[in-house]
Amino acid sequence: MSEELIPIYVMGKQYMVPPSLTIQRAMEYAGYKLLRGCGCRAGFCGACATVYRIAGDYRLHIGLACATLVQPNMYLTQIPFFPAERKQYNLMELKPTPETLFSIYPEMLRCLQCGTCTKACPQDIDVRAYMAAAMRGDIAAVANKSFDCIMCGLCAARCPAEEVQYNIGILCRRLYGRYIAPTAQHLAQRVQEIEAGKYNQEIARLKAMPKEEIVKAYNSRDIEPD
Amino acid sequence: MIYTPEMYESLKRVEATRSARLSETFPRMSAGEKDEVLKQFHPDFISEAFATLQVGPNKGGRTPRELARVLQGRAVIGPDLDLSRTDIETDVLVIGGGGAGSAAALMAQENGAKVVLVTKLRHGDTNTMMAQGGIQGADQPHDSPPIHYLDVMGGGHYTNDPDLVEALVLDAPKVIKWLEGLGCIFDKKPDGTMITIHGGGTSRKRMHSARDYSGAEIMRTLRDEVRNRSDIFVLEFTAAVELILDDQGQCVGAVLLNMETDEYLVARARCTILATGGSGRLHYQGFATTNHYGATADGLVLAYRAGAHLLHIDTMQYHPTGAAFPEQVLGFLVTEKVRGLGAQVCNLDGVQFVNPRETRDVESAAIIRECQERAKGVQTPSGFQGVWLDSPMIDLIHGPGTVQKELPAMVRQFIRFGVDITKDPMLVYPTLHYQNGGIRIDVNGATDIPNLYAAGEVVGGIHGRNRLMGNSLLDITVFGRRAGSAAAIRAREVQQGQPTLQHLADWERQLKEAGLEPEMSAPILLPDYTGKQ
Repeated sequence: MSEELIPIYVMGKQYMVPPSLTIQRAMEYAGYKLLRGCGCRAGFCGACATVYRIAGDYRLHIGLACATLVQPNMYLTQIPFFPAERKQYNLMELKPTPETLFSIYPEMLRCLQCGTCTKACPQDIDVRAYMAAAMRGDIAAVANKSFDCIMCGLCAARCPAEEVQYNIGILCRRLYGRYIAPTAQHLAQRVQEIEAGKYNQEIARLKAMPKEEIVKAYNSRDIEPD
Repeated sequence: MIYTPEMYESLKRVEATRSARLSETFPRMSAGEKDEVLKQFHPDFISEAFATLQVGPNKGGRTPRELARVLQGRAVIGPDLDLSRTDIETDVLVIGGGGAGSAAALMAQENGAKVVLVTKLRHGDTNTMMAQGGIQGADQPHDSPPIHYLDVMGGGHYTNDPDLVEALVLDAPKVIKWLEGLGCIFDKKPDGTMITIHGGGTSRKRMHSARDYSGAEIMRTLRDEVRNRSDIFVLEFTAAVELILDDQGQCVGAVLLNMETDEYLVARARCTILATGGSGRLHYQGFATTNHYGATADGLVLAYRAGAHLLHIDTMQYHPTGAAFPEQVLGFLVTEKVRGLGAQVCNLDGVQFVNPRETRDVESAAIIRECQERAKGVQTPSGFQGVWLDSPMIDLIHGPGTVQKELPAMVRQFIRFGVDITKDPMLVYPTLHYQNGGIRIDVNGATDIPNLYAAGEVVGGIHGRNRLMGNSLLDITVFGRRAGSAAAIRAREVQQGQPTLQHLADWERQLKEAGLEPEMSAPILLPDYTGKQ
């Protein structure tokens, strides 16, 4: 099936590409062999953050190159890296409190709640809302709202208060996961049982089974119902 | 509407059969039926697609043509590269920045080693980041590691290394607890009990997940923790192109390539860990792949040239449900969790033809058979084909909003291109997903080559000839940790000889003696998609 090619502009330079391609594939079609700005190619890793405008329209758009179709007269550039300081911390010594957030990322309190970050997010995350939650010290809310974050950096690139929102997101998610989410007791118990050697004999028995026997054991497993 | 009229008609039939199918369970295949469908339709059995290796430790063995080309390729550098200067010196060199590499780096550091982790893209640009379903571990009361052991062995067709499987299932609860302690947010009930579901081939519900970002949650947590450790230095856009041995055959480091400046670096380490992942970007038999951009078998090439034996490299895992439509998502992973939540697989007529929970190889072969021999596949506008995965069933079974809550990443992926998977079934076809085999290791990740360890997808023997869902996120964590600890402990007593690239001269000689004219140099590092559509 042949398509009529459309013009796109990669860092200002025109290329004619098929309209059914994503930005990423269109750049490759045009001859770019990607190094920076290409990772999982499926929307999970945040490597391919892209900003673009459509000729004649002042509005600025964002997207992941792997997940955004090209449009006629799209003027684009990738932002494969944006400087963002990340503080080192020892999670094991932290307390899940607002004071922890304020002391590790004091610049967080510069947030204007302008919402530019939310507009910049390719994952439809309400970044402004989780920054508000962070300023209130509501770690659980930050963890929940920021969960889909792929740390692409577009929020940090656009923020007028020079925040690095995604650093606050991941700190809160880890604090939540370690300290606030209830611990899985059955998991802790199973680990103890294993360390006490409870299953060693049974596994040794399985390991020693001749093939016909283990095949039989496998084929007669009872399957837990849904 | 982006569907063709024929697709639309087929969709209507799927909708029409849906309520009846809610109470229908398609029977599982017998062992004999499984054997038959595999031999006739699974890509592993298409003999023309395979080549026999002419050189190296696996000489005489079968492997896909595309992998044989790189394994028997020329080295990128010459044997005369100057090794007298050392650009990087450390205790443990980790090659690869995915889950296994990161877990290895953390445990090596905790065992007192200075660590350098090199990765040819960014730390986290990996298959780990993309894994969607979950991580297996026998931590529920009605489950146990021996039951998990049996599932793994049967799924692998009993070709797995029993010692590795034992380590895998016994360490599983421990590593999940480790991840929980590092702050990973697993799906839990209000009292903290893990919410676990089935995967293909499991006899107990032991898949732990973090919504459908399970791999991403683990990857970004491990990556964040690596960044907290001053003794781990991460070097991005730096690929390993050759291992350096010494005059006693020990691995003493690697030659690295700065991908941005084309500069070679000599890295010396007391122990080296290969955690380079899989090879989906070699596109065996022209299949689309779920893998990330850099999955090009680099670690296999490096280890093979240095003399390491590889296991089960004549079998690759095709994930039965890769997206087949629209074209922009071709090959993308549609997680097995969708079937775990109750979605059924239907043909052109809206009829089930396979139990949705067969193991991946059997499920893939059945879908290929349905499209090829039975001609009951659905054609797409771009000339591909597939069968329907009836995702709207999930909300009917578990309540409205389940798909959005459990599979947010997938909803997002498809809606970007006009498909709402909460309302319409997805078109799927097998996609190249996982390298079942790889470098042979012992339970501590040690390879045939002294002071060279390996962990993660690059390794073989754990899953035998077919991996179960959820055991990859598990094996990278288990064996990444084991390799990291073992490498750090071993590093304390390592005595090294003179570094040499003699093995490259040996390699060139072997190629010549076998009459091989390599078509390419390897590792290829990145696939080339320029200029194609």
